[in-house]
Amino acid sequence: MTVSVSTPPKIDRPINVIVATDCGSTTTKAILIEKIGDTYRQTYRGEAPTTVEAPFEDVTRGVLNAIAEIEELSGRKILDGDQIITPCRDDRTGVDIYISTSSAGGGLQMMVTGVVQNMTGESAQRAALGAGAIVIDVLAANDGRLPYEKIERIRSMRPDMILMSGGTDGGAVTHVVEMAEYVAAAEPRPRFGVTYKLPLIYAGNKEAQPQVKKILEDKSALVVTENIRPVLERENLAPARNKIHDLFLEHVMQQAPGYKKLIEMTGAPIMPTPAAVGLIMETIAKREHLNLIGVDIGGATTDVFSVFDGVFNRTVSANLGMSYSVSNVLAEAGLANIMRWVPFTIDEQTLRNRIKNKMIRPTTIPQTLDELQIEQAIAREALRLALIHHKSLATGLKGVQQERTISDVFEQQTSGKSLIDMLKLDLIVGSGGILSHAPRRIQSMLMMVDAYEPMGCTRLSVDSIFMMPHLGVLSTINEKAATDVFVRDCMVYLGTCVAPIGQGKDGAVCADYEIVWPDGKATKEQLKFGELRLYPLDAEQRASIKVQPAKGLNMGAGVGVAVTKEVHGGVVGLLLDGRGRPLKFPAEQQARVAALTKWFTAVDLYPNGS
Amino acid sequence: MAHSYTPGLTVTDHTVIHRRRMLPLPGNVLVKVGDTVRSDQVVARAELPGKVFPINLANQLSVAPGEIKEYLTKREGERVEKDEILAENKPLIKWFKTEIPSPVTGTIESVSLVTGQVLLREPPRVLDLLAYVDGVIVDTVPQQGVVVETTCSLVQGIFGIGGETSGEIVMAVKAPDEAVTPGHLTSAMKGKVVVGGSFLSADAMKQAKTVGVAGLVVGGIHDEDLRALLGYDLGVAITGTEQVGFTLILTEGFGTIPMAAKTFTLLSAHAGRQASISGATQIRAGVIRPEIIVPQAGAQAKGAARAQREGIRLGDPVRIIRDPMFGRIGEVSALPPELTKIPTESEVRVLEVTFSDGNRVVIPRTNIEVIEGT
Repeated sequence: MTVSVSTPPKIDRPINVIVATDCGSTTTKAILIEKIGDTYRQTYRGEAPTTVEAPFEDVTRGVLNAIAEIEELSGRKILDGDQIITPCRDDRTGVDIYISTSSAGGGLQMMVTGVVQNMTGESAQRAALGAGAIVIDVLAANDGRLPYEKIERIRSMRPDMILMSGGTDGGAVTHVVEMAEYVAAAEPRPRFGVTYKLPLIYAGNKEAQPQVKKILEDKSALVVTENIRPVLERENLAPARNKIHDLFLEHVMQQAPGYKKLIEMTGAPIMPTPAAVGLIMETIAKREHLNLIGVDIGGATTDVFSVFDGVFNRTVSANLGMSYSVSNVLAEAGLANIMRWVPFTIDEQTLRNRIKNKMIRPTTIPQTLDELQIEQAIAREALRLALIHHKSLATGLKGVQQERTISDVFEQQTSGKSLIDMLKLDLIVGSGGILSHAPRRIQSMLMMVDAYEPMGCTRLSVDSIFMMPHLGVLSTINEKAATDVFVRDCMVYLGTCVAPIGQGKDGAVCADYEIVWPDGKATKEQLKFGELRLYPLDAEQRASIKVQPAKGLNMGAGVGVAVTKEVHGGVVGLLLDGRGRPLKFPAEQQARVAALTKWFTAVDLYPNGS
Repeated sequence: MAHSYTPGLTVTDHTVIHRRRMLPLPGNVLVKVGDTVRSDQVVARAELPGKVFPINLANQLSVAPGEIKEYLTKREGERVEKDEILAENKPLIKWFKTEIPSPVTGTIESVSLVTGQVLLREPPRVLDLLAYVDGVIVDTVPQQGVVVETTCSLVQGIFGIGGETSGEIVMAVKAPDEAVTPGHLTSAMKGKVVVGGSFLSADAMKQAKTVGVAGLVVGGIHDEDLRALLGYDLGVAITGTEQVGFTLILTEGFGTIPMAAKTFTLLSAHAGRQASISGATQIRAGVIRPEIIVPQAGAQAKGAARAQREGIRLGDPVRIIRDPMFGRIGEVSALPPELTKIPTESEVRVLEVTFSDGNRVVIPRTNIEVIEGT
């Protein structure tokens, strides 16, 4: 389908059967969604290796193989040779629409430019990330690099697209034009296709448009759109994001092997995978009025999404992942930070070699329990680092004058404060192999709790089989279908974590709590410091919990103030975390191993309580 | 149906391979289909545009950007030598004269009256693309490059660093489980491709650099030695541009791991022969593995390239690629179709491997790789 992303197609016919694929770097995943009664459900799934690379060099081969697997499992005839039968011919033949997302071939790689790094540079970065791109560099007039270094950098990178911003409308044009001159001098070449021109979006000061056009029109496929920062106090990211999606379809996808065919096969525009995941998260957060953090931890990259007070942000940590990038997690986190989560001792050399061996053989899986524990330790650090990265970019606008009232006299706040407030967080959604396929669901829950250190009461869930991308693109054409499947088949609610903020001595009282269970019975206990307690509470059930934090501790309402909340259950249940916030570990090795063993045994994390 | 199958590394005495040799930007192809080429022969050539040096004349002369043309001594497109005066002002008093010399030799690419910048470009650099392997040109892509076909022995490694090079194969050790020590590396190995056994120590790496070997092929190294060699911790396995003095290829992985007997025997058999090697590794979609290519002189480049495998079969030689038995080599003796619970509690597809001593183990299918090639 070749229509613009900014104007999704209107489909008049009823849509009852949908086949959707996500073409990942290594695997193409297909799902079948059928309307059963009044509700849409995900019924079958199939997967096959992605075929963007030699010897096939045609992405549609992998798509057809994945759909063929669904055909085998469901008994429905979907393919007629190399064609997908649309619309449905009868109950057993065809589908009403085929849709797809793609991150194959390394996803959408962009370079962005601005004038001031933490102002228009960051706005451009947010626009590109929100559109599902990996930002490979941010160039700005004040980025500390000399002019010739900037030009060399642009020359050496081979992005799929460049987004140029800079200046407010009506402001100075010199720096914007200067950057355009650098880009023109570098003659940037696209990653795919030797002969086509690199797509370049200009979304800066509108006064500079004529000069930018003059400099770059002949050297790139230039598209001019509205300024992403028309005034200092406001971002206007949507027009640039839409243009990124359009150019992704018109230029980048056209160069990737087999995508021309794929575009013709789909009934809605193909979206970059992270853009689709972001869309479904944003939709759900807004519908349920939630503040949420979503994470998709893959082999090469970790995407973090957040919606706080309706503001959506996405970041991608391009080199934090569990297979291809596993060694980079070690490099960034440091050995000590990984080892603090491992409940046994292992010498540094052995661990380093093991991690490198995973990097060079990324498809292997842990076979022994200690290998699983090491992988989950690495995952905690990858998740933690990706959230730190996200917090640094999901901020209010920097350099903006703040309106202050008399009540703010004693409160000093800098501009550009992170929007991520763990106390306001309602839900954490995890996705990606290590979280979705952990042998025990409690392992997924504890990995996220340890990495994110949620405060107060926070609900946690995982994506059952990684179908959020499919649902994201589906939501653009049929929101009910996307929501039905999301709620019933995609989300696996794990439960709720209750964690007081503050520190105390091991064994001292952390909080008094009273839980009133759905059957009316009550549990009244004390939570001690250094303790983890897990209570079963089914996914459909809710309980009421009253927490009276000990002296000096906080449950979000203030120090020592009691909090009563209704908490949701899940496949794991209700986790009371008395380990304090921020989480601290005994410095001595044996004591650390003992503490980890105690926690892991308390929640039955691994077989034999090890 | 998708196969649960990890493509293995090829170790074969006789195969026909094609290597695409492409310029990074359009240029000229210097050979034609049917030409016989040597590994060090230039097959295509391109001119890399020179580096660009921006100079903000408006700032340096303290004039408005729109006025800089009046001060330029050269015009757009003109050549300029290093230190030649590019622009100057003409004050009434000579003391106040400012002259702006050119920082490089090149041409004036553009003059901007908006920013006051002058862009100078150095002369283009010639980029020669070598054939890399001895063989025959079987295809040319105008302005872009060629495809070279060669009949050869091929050994794929699992990981490498450093670029393409060539040299005579020389064996440093006598057995695949013998580690390479500094004592094994002699001055006679200068410019050669040295094959070791199970391990290469940091000291041996230093000695290899001193001797000036072209390449090293070993079973394994320690990650911390790699970090010391590179000067940084390698985060992702995308390599090929490192400059450490030699090209390094690991055939098995990280740690002390004996080189697979098949690999060691094959390389031993070709000792004294010329090999083309590359350490370039890319472990992402579109995998690139390091390789050792020994062209077979006089052999006819006939026959199709290797066919794609369909899956794992009973009797396939396999290498276990994950702890606790990392590096062990055996044969597939059973392929149970059902999912099996492993100690982590994951339910996965497994296979049974029998070792040469008759012992059998059950391993997840994703944790082995087939040793390919005949």
